[in-house]
Amino acid sequence: MAYVPLADQEQELHHPHSWVTKYVWSQDHKVIAVQYGGTAIAVGVVALVLSLLMRLQLGFPETFDLIDPSSYYQSVTMHGMIMVVYLLTALFLGGFGNYLIPLMCGARDMVFPFLNMLSYWVYLLSVLILMASFFVGEGPTGAGWTLYPPQTNMAGTPGHDSGIVLMLLSLAVFIVAFTMGGLNYVVTVLQNRCRGLTMMRLPLSVWGIFVATCLGLFAFPALLVSAIMMLFDTLLGTSFFMPAVIESGTPLDHNGGSPILFQHLFWFFGHPEVYIVALPAFGLVSDVLSTHARKNIFGYRMMVWAIIAIGGLSFIVWAHHMYVSGMHPYFGFFFATTTLIIAVPTALKVYNWVLTLWEGDIRLNAPMYFAIGFIFTFIHGGLTGLFLGNVVIDLPLSDTYFVVAHFHMVMGVSPVLVLFAALYHWYPKITGRMFHEGMAKVHFWCTFLGTYAIYLPMHYLGFLGVPRRYYALGSTDFIPQSAHDLNTTITIAALFVGASQLLFFINIFWSLRNGKKADPNPWGSASLEWQTPDTPPVHGNWGPELPTVYRWAYDYSVPGAHQDFIPQNTPESVEPTVDEQHFDPDHDVSKADL
Amino acid sequence: MSIFKLLADKSWERKGIIGGLRPTGAFDTAPERVALVFFLVVATVVFSLFTVGYFIRMELPDWAPIEDPAKLWFNTGLLVVSSVLFQWARNIADSGSRKNIKTAFIGGGVFAVLFIAGQLSAWGDLNAAGYYVASNPAASFFFLLTGVHAVHMLGGLWVWSKSSIRLLSGSEIKDVRLSIQLCTLYWHFLLIVWLVLFAVLSNT
Amino acid sequence: MALAVVIFLLVIGSIIFHFASPWWFTERAADWGSIDFTINVTFWVTGFVFIAVNLFLAYCVFKFRKKPGHKAVYEPENHKLEVGLSVITTIGVIAMLAPGLFVWATFVTVPDEATEFEVMGQQWQWAFRYPGADGQLGTADTQLVTESNPFGVNPEDPNGQDDVIVLGPEMHLPVGKAVKANLRSNDVLHNYTVAQFRVKMDLVPGLISYLWFEPSRIGRYDILCEELCGIGHFVMRGAVVIDTQQDYDAWLAQQPTFAETQAMAAGDPAAGQAQFAVCASCHGAQGEGNRALNGPKLAGQSAWYIERQLNYFKTGVRGGEGDTNGQMMAPMANMLASDEAVRNMAAYIESLPDTPATPTVTGDVANGASIYSRNCAACHLQTGEGTWYTDAPKLAGMSDWYFITQLQNFRAGIRGLHQQDFYGEQMVSMATAMSGDQEYADVAAYINTLR
Repeated sequence: MAYVPLADQEQELHHPHSWVTKYVWSQDHKVIAVQYGGTAIAVGVVALVLSLLMRLQLGFPETFDLIDPSSYYQSVTMHGMIMVVYLLTALFLGGFGNYLIPLMCGARDMVFPFLNMLSYWVYLLSVLILMASFFVGEGPTGAGWTLYPPQTNMAGTPGHDSGIVLMLLSLAVFIVAFTMGGLNYVVTVLQNRCRGLTMMRLPLSVWGIFVATCLGLFAFPALLVSAIMMLFDTLLGTSFFMPAVIESGTPLDHNGGSPILFQHLFWFFGHPEVYIVALPAFGLVSDVLSTHARKNIFGYRMMVWAIIAIGGLSFIVWAHHMYVSGMHPYFGFFFATTTLIIAVPTALKVYNWVLTLWEGDIRLNAPMYFAIGFIFTFIHGGLTGLFLGNVVIDLPLSDTYFVVAHFHMVMGVSPVLVLFAALYHWYPKITGRMFHEGMAKVHFWCTFLGTYAIYLPMHYLGFLGVPRRYYALGSTDFIPQSAHDLNTTITIAALFVGASQLLFFINIFWSLRNGKKADPNPWGSASLEWQTPDTPPVHGNWGPELPTVYRWAYDYSVPGAHQDFIPQNTPESVEPTVDEQHFDPDHDVSKADL
Repeated sequence: MSIFKLLADKSWERKGIIGGLRPTGAFDTAPERVALVFFLVVATVVFSLFTVGYFIRMELPDWAPIEDPAKLWFNTGLLVVSSVLFQWARNIADSGSRKNIKTAFIGGGVFAVLFIAGQLSAWGDLNAAGYYVASNPAASFFFLLTGVHAVHMLGGLWVWSKSSIRLLSGSEIKDVRLSIQLCTLYWHFLLIVWLVLFAVLSNT
Repeated sequence: MALAVVIFLLVIGSIIFHFASPWWFTERAADWGSIDFTINVTFWVTGFVFIAVNLFLAYCVFKFRKKPGHKAVYEPENHKLEVGLSVITTIGVIAMLAPGLFVWATFVTVPDEATEFEVMGQQWQWAFRYPGADGQLGTADTQLVTESNPFGVNPEDPNGQDDVIVLGPEMHLPVGKAVKANLRSNDVLHNYTVAQFRVKMDLVPGLISYLWFEPSRIGRYDILCEELCGIGHFVMRGAVVIDTQQDYDAWLAQQPTFAETQAMAAGDPAAGQAQFAVCASCHGAQGEGNRALNGPKLAGQSAWYIERQLNYFKTGVRGGEGDTNGQMMAPMANMLASDEAVRNMAAYIESLPDTPATPTVTGDVANGASIYSRNCAACHLQTGEGTWYTDAPKLAGMSDWYFITQLQNFRAGIRGLHQQDFYGEQMVSMATAMSGDQEYADVAAYINTLR
C-alpha cells in the first residue's frame, strides 16, 4: 500500500481570485462555516416566528386570529423539524464543526474542501425545498415533526398533497449534504491533525463534534430509509407503513403496512439526533467553561469516555419515545433500563462542569454567563428526562406539556445557550472584533430568565395532564381557568424572549463595524485555534508552517508558569512568556458586570 | 496502540512531541480511503435497515412471496465478472504496469452497466408477470431494494467514468492508482451487498 | 456575582413555585396508586439533586469568581471523586428505576378477572363496544366498515352478534372492577387518555393495542385524544362515566346490540311523507327552505343527520336558551313519537329532490375557499357533500343564511355546548377558530360555488 505522508504534506488549496470565489463558491472551511451558520440561523428565525404564532394562539385563543387549526399544525411541524434538523444540527456541525475542526486540529482546511463546499450548497438546496413547501398546494405538512404515518398521507392532515413530499425530499437532500460534510469532519479529525496532536490532546469541542458526526453518519440512514419508504407509500401506493385505513369514509388502497415500523425507524434516527445536537454542545461548553474559569476541564478523560458512552448508548434507547405507541409492551423493560443507564455518564458530565468551576478563577463575562446558564437549564432538563425515561411515569406524562417542557429545556434552551456562549466566545476569532459585552449580558438575562419563565410552569401544566398539540383547549373539566391564565403568562414570556433575540442580531452586526479590534487571543485560551498568526485567520490558517503541538488543550493555571495559560503549541522546554501586547491577565473584558 | 490504551492516556502528564510527523491514531492510508470506508459503513447501515424493515414487514399477515425472475442468476454472474475485472485492474495498477489495464478497468465498468441493464430487464419480467411496485409488499421490496442497489452502482459508475476518461487520456498510473483501488473496493462491497440482498429476496 | 445570586434565587423560586402551584396531578380515579408512588419517588430524588447541584453551582460561581491576585488550582482529575459520584448516581438511578419496572410489570400483565371493552377511534370521534352476555368481543376489520356497521364487526362471527354498540363518545364503566380496553383505529393513530386514570395508549390502525385499569371513583371524566391525528385532533373528545354496578347495568341494557343495529328496519319514506305536511309549512313543500319563516332547506340532507337533529330537538339537546328558532322545533319534533317515526321522516327528507338553494350571502370567495379547504374540508369534504364517517352534514347547496346563523350560534355557545351534543362541541371550536361574521360570509360564499 502506498504510504501517503499527511501531516507534513502541504495541502493544495484552491486559492480564490475574485470576491465570488472568495465568499460565495468558497472552499475555505471558515467561509463555509459562516455560510452554514448564517443559513441555519436565518431558517431558525422562521421557526422562532412560527413558535410565537403558536404561543399567541395558545395564550390568547380568542383574541388573535393569526392562525387557524390547519396552520397551527403546520407551524408545529415546521417549527420542530427546522429547529432540530435545519438549525441545530446544521449550526453545530456545519457551522461550528466546519469552523473549529481544522483550526483546533492544526490543519489548513478540511481534507476534501470541494466536497465541503458542495455540502453547504446541497444543504442550502434542502432548506429551499423545505421553504418551498410553504408556497405549494396546501402548504407544508402538518403531521407533526415525527411525520407519523398513516396520517401524513391522509386528507385530514394539512399538506398531505405536496407538503409531505417536499418535506421528505428535503430531508433526503439534507442527509446527502450531511453525509458529505460528515465524512469530511470525521476524516479530518482522524487524518489531518497536526504534528504531536494526539486524540487525547484534542479539545472536547472536537471530541463532541467528532462523536456527534459519527452518530449522524450512522443514524441519518434510518431517516433516509424511512423517508424513501414513505415516499414510495405516498407517491407509488405501496404499503410499507400504510395499513388498511378509511379516509373520510372511503377505504384507501393500502393494506397491511405497519405504522409502528416507521416509528421504530424514525426514532432509531430520532434519538441519536438528540445527541447529535447535545454532544457538540457538551464539547463547546466544556471549552468555554474551562477557558473562562482559567482551569483545566475537570476529569478530561471521563469527559471523553462519557461522550463516547453516551454516543454508543444513544443507539439502544430509541423506543423510549414509543412507550405508549402500542408496540409490544415488554420492550418497555429494556428501553427504560438503557435510558436510565444513559443518565449516569450524563450526570458525570454535569458534575465535571461544576467541578471545573470549583477552585477556579472565574471570569464572569458574557460567554461564561451563557455557559453557566446552560449548566442550570441542562440539570433541569436532564432531571425531567428521568421522569419520561422511567416507563411507568411516561404513562401519565407522555403527550402532555411536560414532554414539551422537558425537551425544550434539554434540547431547545440548553443547546441554544451553548450556541450563544460559543458564538460570543469565538466571535473575536471569526470576525476580528469584540462584541458589545453589556448588550450580550442583557441578551443573556432576557434569554435565560425568560425561557425559565416559559418552561418551569409548563412542566406543571403537564403534571395536570394538559395535552400537547392542541390548537385550543376548549372546555375540559380537569383544566381550571388558572391553567388557561398560566398559558397566557407563558405566551407573554415567550414573546419577550423572542423579541430579546434582536439584541443578539444587533450586537453581532453592530460589532462587525464598531466593535473594538480583537486581540488574536483575547480570552487567553490554550487551544490551537487562538494561536493563528492572523485574526481572523486567512485561507490556509497557519502561515508558512503548520503548528506543532506539545501539550493538551487545557494547560490553565499550571503551577510555576508565568501566565495562567500555556498554548498547546508552546514547547515544553520554552518558558512561557507573557506577551503584554496580546494578553494581560488582569485585564478583564467583563468589567461591565451587571 | 489499542483504542482503550489510547483513551486511557493521561494526556496532561505527557508534554512534548508525541509521534512522528503523522498524528498518532491516524490510519496509515490516504484520506480518500478512510472516507470511503466510512461511507461503506454508512451504506451498510442503509441496506441493513432496509433488510430489517423487510423482515419485520414479512411477519405481517398479508405477506405473500413473489417468484423472483430467473434472470437474476445471470445478472449476478455479470456483477461477479465486473468485480473480478476490477480486481484484475487493481492488481495491474499495484504492480505499476500498464499492460491490459484499460481492458480490465473499463471492462469492469461495462459489465456493471450490463448488470444494471439486466436488473431493468428483470423489472420488466416482473411487470410482465403482473407485479408492479404497489401490487404486493414483496414486490414493493423487490423494486425498492434492487433500485437502491442500482442507485449506489450508478454512483460508482460516475466515479468510474471520470477515472476511465483520465486513463484513456493517458494519465500516469500513479495518478489513477488510488481511483482504481477505491473503485475496486466499492465494487466488491456492492457485490457482497447484492449477494446478501439476492439471498434474502430469493429465500423469502 | 449577580449570576450566583440569580441561580440561588431560581432554586428558591422553583421550590416556592412548586409548593404554591395549584397545578398538580388530577385526583386519581383508577387504582394506579403505584404509578403515583413512582412519580413521587422520582420527584423527590430529582428534586433533591436539582437543589443540591444548583446550590453548589451557585456557591462555586460566588466563591471562585475572579478576584485580583487569586489563581485557579491545577487539578486535571480526581479519580476517586469521579468514581464516588458515579456510584452515588447509579444508586439514585436504581432507586428510581426499580419501582418503575415493578409497576410496569403490573401494567403489562392484565389480571384474569378484567372484563374487556373496545375503544374505537376514528377522525375525530370515539365509539365503544362491549362484549355481550358471552363476555367475548366479536372479531372486526376495518375493511368491513360501512355506515350501518361503523365498527366493521364481522357479521359471520357469532361472538359479535350480542356485542353492545355505543356510537356516541360517552362510555360507562362500573366502579371497582378491573377492565381491559382493547384499542382499535379505523384511520390514523389516536391515543386513549383519561388523565384521572393515569394510563394511556395509542390506537394503531391494523392492530389491537390495550391497557387496563380499575376505576376507583364514581364520576364523569374527559377522554382526550393525545396522539396528533389531523386537524380535528383537538376536538376529539369523549367522556367516561364511572357508575355503580347497578347504574352501569341499567345504562348498558339501554344500548343496542350489534344484531339489533343490523336488524333495524330502514326508514320508510312513504310513512314519513304523511307527517311532512307540518314541516312543509316552514321548510317548503319540497323541503326547499323558506328564509322568511327561518326554515332552512332540508332536501338533499342525509338521513342520519336529520335523524340525529330531530332527536336532539326532542330531547332538548338543541333548541335551548337563546336559540329562538330552535325552540320552535321542539314541539314539532315531539310530534314524531317513536324512533321509527323519526327514521321514516329522515328517510323521506333524504328522498326529496335536491335543487341547490338560491345564494343570499355575498363574501370573498377566494378567502372563503382558502379557509374552507384548509379547515372545513377535512370533515365536510372538498365537495361540501359531508359524510357520515366524520359526522359532517352536507353544506353544498344548502341554505347559506342558515349556515351563518348556526356558526354564530356555535360561536355564542347557543348550540353545541349541551353535554349530550357530542358532535356540536367540535363545531364550537371550529367556529371560534374563525374570526367572525366576515369570515363566515366568505366561507358561505365559497360553499355557494360548490354545486
